[in-house]
Amino acid sequence: MSFLDDPQVRRNVNRLPIEFDDYGFDRFGLSKKTLTRAYSPMAYLYRHYLKVTAFGLENVPAEGRGLIIANHSGGLGADAAMILTSLLLNDEAPRLGQGMAEYFLTRSPFARPALRKLGHLTGLPEHGEQLLNDERLLMVFPEGARGAGKLYKDRYKLVRFGTGFMRLALKTGAPIIPCAFIGGEESFPQLFHIKWLAKLVNGPFVPVAPQLIFFPLPVACQVYYGPPMHFEGDGSEPDHVIQQYVEEVRHAMERLISTGLDARPRSFMFDRMPDPEKERTP
Amino acid sequence: MKILITGISGTLARGVAYRLVRRGHEVIGIDRRPWPDVPEGVEMHQVDIRKRPAEDVFRISRPDALIHMATVTHFTTDTEERYRINLGGTRKLFEYCHEYGVKQAVFVGRHTVYGATPDSPLYHTEDEPPLAGAAFKELADLVAADLYAGSALWRWPELNTAVLRLCYFLGPSHGGTLAGFLSKNRVPLVLGFDPLYQLMHEWDAEEAITLAVEKQLRGVFNVAGPSPVPLTTVCEATGRRAVPIPEPLYPAVLGRFGFPYLPDDAIVHVKYPIVIDNKAFVEATGFEPRYSAKQTMEGFRWN
Repeated sequence: MSFLDDPQVRRNVNRLPIEFDDYGFDRFGLSKKTLTRAYSPMAYLYRHYLKVTAFGLENVPAEGRGLIIANHSGGLGADAAMILTSLLLNDEAPRLGQGMAEYFLTRSPFARPALRKLGHLTGLPEHGEQLLNDERLLMVFPEGARGAGKLYKDRYKLVRFGTGFMRLALKTGAPIIPCAFIGGEESFPQLFHIKWLAKLVNGPFVPVAPQLIFFPLPVACQVYYGPPMHFEGDGSEPDHVIQQYVEEVRHAMERLISTGLDARPRSFMFDRMPDPEKERTP
Repeated sequence: MKILITGISGTLARGVAYRLVRRGHEVIGIDRRPWPDVPEGVEMHQVDIRKRPAEDVFRISRPDALIHMATVTHFTTDTEERYRINLGGTRKLFEYCHEYGVKQAVFVGRHTVYGATPDSPLYHTEDEPPLAGAAFKELADLVAADLYAGSALWRWPELNTAVLRLCYFLGPSHGGTLAGFLSKNRVPLVLGFDPLYQLMHEWDAEEAITLAVEKQLRGVFNVAGPSPVPLTTVCEATGRRAVPIPEPLYPAVLGRFGFPYLPDDAIVHVKYPIVIDNKAFVEATGFEPRYSAKQTMEGFRWN
């Protein structure tokens, strides 16, 4: 325990529906201590810098398996970080979203143990299945790196979806919770990519934004969760069936995104978006 | 039951022998190493499994079951000898089982046969191919022995064969691979890596092997106890000092500066985890570990 720990984060980490051993690790090597430590600064950014408001958190199951399917917004990973923080800071039923990490990260020293302690395993279908069968919440960006590297001119346009998440959901009988992240593209407007540098560092892309540093502008962001979607099947369906299901999820996400975009008074909004639900309850 | 244990002088095998005698079984042991204070109820033959006298034990005693634990690792034996014992020995024993009407054979192997790679999933299941030989050539013979033992399932279907892939164990005997790694007070870690280690108490491991014989298991089974813990936690809980070493220097410090000796390839086991799924074994035997990871490691610290 440290004085830097955020009290709400610490409280909610202790309430997570996950079994931890005597040393504070779960069966996948997730660490309670690291969670608290890493989410504390995230909670600060969430509240005071990106001023995130989350809508529809009641759609996220309080316990049990589920897949959060979200759009990529902004190339910095702030989208993933803020979605995860919104799930953990939900006092009604805190959940830990677990992502699937890039291969090049889980091969690197330091990044590998750090990701493991936060619950993000290598992006293998086996890991997705193991986590869902252990009643965890998985966060997937079906657009992949293609979506993360979206330029500002293409903002909030969904690129081609992968289909792996749908087969995983069908195989494990997990509900899909569509999710939209709004504001990421304004907080880090990607003007162009430096291709040669990306090749040099072996990363997917190196974006350039007007602020010139790899840190988002303090634009208020919103997260929208849609009602859970259930699909019939066992994951062995032919491609055209899977594709059709994926399209349904995509449409649900597009609806959430346009709801979110319409709700904003202006795109570069620097103060928090009011949550009517929260305003009503004292 | 009349049960033959090969490699009986090993620490784990002795424990299994005690357990079986206590449960009223007749135990015969083979090992080229002596067991001076062999307990009552164990008939000990100090012979080599690859030699004629070993076959005589099968012919004369006619055991009902075999527990094959006479395999060796790079810690004790050089390459050529290892291949002769692990592969030649295993082959001979299975042939004797077939020839002399043994009904049950249990091969006690290791979970390390799955191999440690950066991109492999946690929780290996029995249907995955054991890949350890690729990155760690000192394990290739054990992988082959494991697969050879498994092939007895179709080669001699009348013989009930069980291949156990046992995770690391720790216990009062200070025997086993992990105990060897922790034998000195300083444990060499690779800087920037902290893999999960799966370990169980020695006594739980003995119990699991005993259960495999008594339940007449057939097939390949992962055997593990409590959920895995990171290597740094293993060091902390057992009172060892974890010393992170930059990867390029790693081979140079092994066997020096108070670090244990390891083959160069063993570095993959200090970087990446090998974690197994024991669901099939638990379902087949009802096995339940009695000791948690904490009890196991702290017990190891204080004895």
